[in-house]
Amino acid sequence: MLATLPSIPNIAVDAVMLEARAASLAKRSIKTTSKRAGIDLAIRCMDLTTLEGKDSEGRVRSLCAKAMTPRPGYPGVPSVAAVCVYPNLVAIAKDALRGSTVKVASVATAFPAGLADLAIKLADTEQAITAGADEIDMVIDRGAFLSGRERQVFDEIVAVKAVCGTRAHLKVILETGELGSYENTRRASDLALEAGADTIKTSTGKVGTNATFPTALLMCEAIRDFARRTGQRRGLKVAGGVRTTKQALTYLVIVNETLGPQWLDPDLFRIGASTLLDDLLMQLEKLDTGNYAGPDYIPKD
Amino acid sequence: MAIFEYAPAPESVRPRIREQYGLFVDGDWKRPSEGEYFATINPANEEHLSTVAQATADDVDAAVRAARKAYDKYWRKMKPADRAKYVFRIARAITERSRELAVLETLDGGKPIKEARDFDVPTSAAHFFYYAGWADKLEWAMRAGREASPLGVCGQIVPWNFPLLMAAWKLAPALACGNTVVLKPAETTSLTALALAQIIQECDLPPGVVNVVTGDGRTGAALVRHEDVDKIAFTGSTEVGKAIARSLAGTDKRLTLELGGKAAHIVFGDAPMDQAIEGIVNGIYFNQGHVCCAGSRLLVEERVHEEVVVRLTERLQTLRLGDPMDKNTDIGAINSREQLDRIKELVASGIDQGATLVQQQCALPGKGYYFPASFFTNVSTSHRIAREEIFGPVLSILTFRTPEEAIEKANNTPYGLSAGVWTDKGSKNMWVAGQLRAGVVWCNTFNQFDPTSPFGGYRESGFGREGGVHGLQEYLAH
Repeated sequence: MLATLPSIPNIAVDAVMLEARAASLAKRSIKTTSKRAGIDLAIRCMDLTTLEGKDSEGRVRSLCAKAMTPRPGYPGVPSVAAVCVYPNLVAIAKDALRGSTVKVASVATAFPAGLADLAIKLADTEQAITAGADEIDMVIDRGAFLSGRERQVFDEIVAVKAVCGTRAHLKVILETGELGSYENTRRASDLALEAGADTIKTSTGKVGTNATFPTALLMCEAIRDFARRTGQRRGLKVAGGVRTTKQALTYLVIVNETLGPQWLDPDLFRIGASTLLDDLLMQLEKLDTGNYAGPDYIPKD
Repeated sequence: MAIFEYAPAPESVRPRIREQYGLFVDGDWKRPSEGEYFATINPANEEHLSTVAQATADDVDAAVRAARKAYDKYWRKMKPADRAKYVFRIARAITERSRELAVLETLDGGKPIKEARDFDVPTSAAHFFYYAGWADKLEWAMRAGREASPLGVCGQIVPWNFPLLMAAWKLAPALACGNTVVLKPAETTSLTALALAQIIQECDLPPGVVNVVTGDGRTGAALVRHEDVDKIAFTGSTEVGKAIARSLAGTDKRLTLELGGKAAHIVFGDAPMDQAIEGIVNGIYFNQGHVCCAGSRLLVEERVHEEVVVRLTERLQTLRLGDPMDKNTDIGAINSREQLDRIKELVASGIDQGATLVQQQCALPGKGYYFPASFFTNVSTSHRIAREEIFGPVLSILTFRTPEEAIEKANNTPYGLSAGVWTDKGSKNMWVAGQLRAGVVWCNTFNQFDPTSPFGGYRESGFGREGGVHGLQEYLAH
């Protein structure tokens, strides 16, 4: 059997023009009412994330509290979409979020490198779901992809998807910062979508290059073409390095103008971030009062 | 209401516009000799902006005499390094006043503020910066052993589509080489040329080195006919360009012409398709298609024709047409009612001749001149919309089956200003580019401009080059 997947066509990508288009979308001017709507949307689409070796039960509980009520005293500010943690902390997050709309997402499949046997990856996934994860953020084996073992990557996604079944939503992390070219990112996107990813995700946040505007644009194009081909809507998650409101609004613009407004929904678009929420809240304060609050007025997680 | 509509984001700067503008002659502002003025309006809402002087033949004569005096007295004698400082100073002043100039350009011409801000003004400054550097190195533009000497007085006539930028393209090399200039902006878009005259005055250039005479075609004709002009540089329609060429025949005036175009934009089946769609959109809808090098004839490989049409139709719906002063506007106003009528007439001819029209579905503002982004399918090479320059946001799509057929169709036009090729195969791209009779061929991109790169046409698109060392040579005697 061939290691590559000739049934999935290679799509050519021109880097210069892709970046130019992304840069032009980044110049959209989002002000006043649309800025408020955008901030609201960005909060609703956020996976509030903590993926550090030093994560503890206390930190996760604190993060969950913030996820449910980002701005205490302001009932108009929505909850985030999900809290994203390591598998061992899923049960704690699940408990902390009980009764809220906030979902629990767990990284799995030997995050972040994905260099483990398939059996271990599947067990990792099963453990997270059993502990209560609503969403699984798996990583692909970049080494296998880059060495041409596409079928292996494909089969692993299919296998993890089978474990998720109807119990959990599957996000597939491509780790675009390690894929080396836009054409590889496009190919990995197509491969993940064909293999059954509910959402394709840019990055782990653990390598030098995380989500970028051109990469997000390119992945939107893959999702759009997949929807055109199959009639199925799949999601996008940008993650890593999204720290400012301006960045978040640009991602919304990219999704809005490439996939359309029907994708501006937590079911189809997510932003994975840890500190972005603080900046969004600060910008909300600015819209309300005309002044920037000091960082000490925003509760830290 | 949709979740995420873009609220209006109007540019807030309002430049000072004088109630009335005189002629900039011999370093000062003069009344036109017959006291005649005409109105200039904002095509986006038809509001009056200012009145501008109509220069007569006498006014043109005064301007040419001032330019001659400045040439003999100051400019040709000045140390080239000092001349460079003046040209550099203009570049700096444009940069410092970029926001004001961008707003003025948008108000007077109708182009989206994002284009004026991100393209017209910075590229204008870049041309002055680039040619400032050449002023004391002119012998490097000459063949070995030849001395670089200026031509004298240059008459420069610029169009309404890129008013400031075209003035910059013409002024910068002329001044760097030691020529003096009489500049004639287009009738509907004089304001940024007049603002540039103010800048030049503030930069303290010797009087008469740059003169700006506004007016309609009569002013341009007087400048072309003037006996003491050494060179005419014209950018505009092929029709007027031919008339200028006829009137200069038999004289020893030099002439460069940058005229119309009907650029072939070739898309092969193996092209990076999403980027090609963006290239097509940029190629024809940039500046509402008021671009002489616009990619207005799309040649698509037949096997991807349907895909291109579907994708382009979808993409059209995301273009934002409206108030040019809104920072999110992609398609602004058509420059004048006259031009809007011409676009409508040609589009009607396309429908009459049997082509199929596809347009962006959007409401047009009630006042002002607007035309939605449009393209035609089922176009034959004999249709008027496939042959004549529409100079509006209207694309004609034709198909081909082999590279040879693409090249044949691309070259089958009296014009030859620009062309574009989209394919993922580098060798094919270079080979096709080499076969195209066009002054500029863009590969996997479109509408890229840089002061270092020469620009100009084949055949009815004109002769002479602007930009780069080639553009410099057009202003030197050799």
